Amino acid sequence: MSIDTVLWSKLVTGMTLGFHAIFATLGVGVPLMIAIAEFIGIRKKNPHYILMAKRWSRGFVISVAVGVVTGTAISLQLALVWPHFMKLAGNVIALPLFMEVFAFFFEAIFLGIYLYTWERFKNPYIHWLLTIPVVTGAGMSAVFITTVNGFMNQPAGFAMEAGQFTAVDPVQAMLNTATFSKVFHVLSSAYMTGAALLSGIAAFTMLKKGVSAYHKKALKLMMAVVLLFGLLNTLAGDVSAKFLAEHQPEKLAAAEWHFETESGADLVLLGWLNAEHEIIGALHLPKFLSFLAFGDFNAKVTGLEEFPTDERPPLLVHYLFDLMAGIGFMLLAISLLYFLFVFWKKRNELNKWMLRVIALGAPLAFLGVELGWFYAEIGRQPWIIRGYMRVEEAATTSPSVKILFFLFLLLYIVLGIVCVLVLRRLFNNNPAEAEMEKWVKPARNETAEKGGHA
Amino acid sequence: MMSYELIGISVLWLFLYGYLIVASIDFGAGFFAFYARLTKQDRLINRLISRYLSPVWEITNVFFVFFYIGIIGFFPDSAYYYGSALLVPGSIAVILIAIRGSFYAFENYGSKNNIVYLFLYGATGLLIPASLSVALTLSEGGFITKQGGTVALDYWALFTSPLSWCIVGLAIVSVLFISGSFLTFYASRAEDHAALKLMRSYALFWSTPTIIAALTAFIYLSQHNERHFQNMMDLGWLLAMSVGFFMIAIWLLYSGRRYGLAFICVMLQFFCAFFAYGIGQYPYILDPYITIQSSATSPSMGIALVVAFIGGLCLLIPSLILVFRLFLFDADYVKGKK
Repeated sequence: MSIDTVLWSKLVTGMTLGFHAIFATLGVGVPLMIAIAEFIGIRKKNPHYILMAKRWSRGFVISVAVGVVTGTAISLQLALVWPHFMKLAGNVIALPLFMEVFAFFFEAIFLGIYLYTWERFKNPYIHWLLTIPVVTGAGMSAVFITTVNGFMNQPAGFAMEAGQFTAVDPVQAMLNTATFSKVFHVLSSAYMTGAALLSGIAAFTMLKKGVSAYHKKALKLMMAVVLLFGLLNTLAGDVSAKFLAEHQPEKLAAAEWHFETESGADLVLLGWLNAEHEIIGALHLPKFLSFLAFGDFNAKVTGLEEFPTDERPPLLVHYLFDLMAGIGFMLLAISLLYFLFVFWKKRNELNKWMLRVIALGAPLAFLGVELGWFYAEIGRQPWIIRGYMRVEEAATTSPSVKILFFLFLLLYIVLGIVCVLVLRRLFNNNPAEAEMEKWVKPARNETAEKGGHA
Repeated sequence: MMSYELIGISVLWLFLYGYLIVASIDFGAGFFAFYARLTKQDRLINRLISRYLSPVWEITNVFFVFFYIGIIGFFPDSAYYYGSALLVPGSIAVILIAIRGSFYAFENYGSKNNIVYLFLYGATGLLIPASLSVALTLSEGGFITKQGGTVALDYWALFTSPLSWCIVGLAIVSVLFISGSFLTFYASRAEDHAALKLMRSYALFWSTPTIIAALTAFIYLSQHNERHFQNMMDLGWLLAMSVGFFMIAIWLLYSGRRYGLAFICVMLQFFCAFFAYGIGQYPYILDPYITIQSSATSPSMGIALVVAFIGGLCLLIPSLILVFRLFLFDADYVKGKK
């Protein structure tokens, strides 16, 4: 089997996952924001929030389309590009894959109903209730798929006999030790990213077109969500690190450039390695790695030296990990600063610099998600199923995969560009204020009063 | 009691049949929408088509993924053989599905009336069934070779086989026939007489090619896979019923009444033929490498999948009924008053 084919298989899958992760994160995160906005709009009888839910869902459905098709692509690529992986693991991971499709089906059905029934119910709460299956369907899809990723890291629920998985217990495979921390981290980061995107859009629009009541409300609401999920996400990151230290120490050690097993280990930030694998120019936080890994400054942390050379993850993951964690803290700090300004009357929370930083938070959040996924995947190397199957054993043997890489690359470029163009056209030609005018002329005076209070 | 692998394959085959119907409606509608635009008749039918498609397009896609995940779940070996052999045709189908799904959303929710988007949407509607039908051809055997540990597809055999081209042709014309007869029914419900007239002419036009393509494919099957052909001949009553339903459907469409019943007859026509084909192929999933018994997953997984499936259906069927009541069978919605 040629190394070349394996490399191209990795590249085509990495590219598909990297592209899909953007839309999958949107698909999980944004429905919750729509649900929150509509609920507040109905409670406060404030059309601004209802308009938020309407506009967000209109943009959302376009991103869902790209998410659906790239999700279909990745699920088929599992068998097309990694046939040996599916042959071995198919009878263990089929259950969560199957349930994921159900969850998505459920979401798609109710999303369809939600989009086309805005004015069809007398009681507005009935329409809002439709968001519940959409939010849960999206969340459960993420949960089921993440259990599969958990399984690849912490295989469980089977016995290995003559190169086959036997005595399969699919539920135990889903509830492997990696599942909890992964699911927690995936959901908290998706909700944070969804909110960071929508607050970033509000901030960006206000920078370009000046402050408006609609965007002010959207910004405040979404910053509150960023704050909440920023905190939860930090906790999820901590839970994940503690999980790794206990169950998958080589992954944490590679991310931390922690080579020798020791007690009271330092946390290494950034830096680089010289030819002798010594760390240069890094910031050392004394004993913090032990604290991060076990909640005890003197705990013993396993180093990379304990693993055979050909079973160590690439050391590059150190940067992925540091940048991901840095972005997570940065988003939390942005939302804290914003609310500090809101409550500290002397400061204007809508000043140019604050808005710029918030706008920058949106792409940063997506970058954080990407870095996190690449860390999760590259940090598992050389395994595709840790301890049982290496990546190069799983790949297809067909050399055509190289050409397919370029075909898929072309596809994603076209989809990405057209998606952005369509979204821009959709919203630029129809700004929120203009839509508000058209939509609630009779209730306008009342709205203006309320907008003044908010 | 039926063994779980038999339950599994029956349910999956039923799902594939479901996909065949809903996807054909969707694929054909895309083509008709594009064709009507080219011939400047789009004012007549495009509103009707987009009113039907908008709420259901994602559901179609899910049917497909369902079948696919189900088959690799129940029969993991099929993932290995088909996965290795179908890398190129499968990836092309994936790319086409991706183009179709996203450009539908772009056209429909974003910039209306973009002819390029509509073209991509219409053209892929015919190319996807063509590329997916390759999997059915491969299952007949003779196209997938196994040398040592390597599974490969014999492209030359595939492209020179009259059977594979017949199946491609049958896939395309069936899509247009099923879609045409459904949209005829939908137009009659919407009491949209201009659209009804146009769709009825499309449905009638594509009926004859459908039956001719089916017969031709059947004849070539007899040359390619004698066993499968004989098994189907033993199920001759199913084939006869299929032809019977086809005749009723054509007669109803031609005499211009009971369009709902006509569409049900079309569905039954394909149901009989599809199941005669499927039962005839039993026990093979891939002749001669994979049979249902040899490739079935472990019993615990099989049972878990059946349980998950029943649980999922309990959730989905009420939801689907809701969709149908709100959009398909709500006369006011269909007529465009809501």
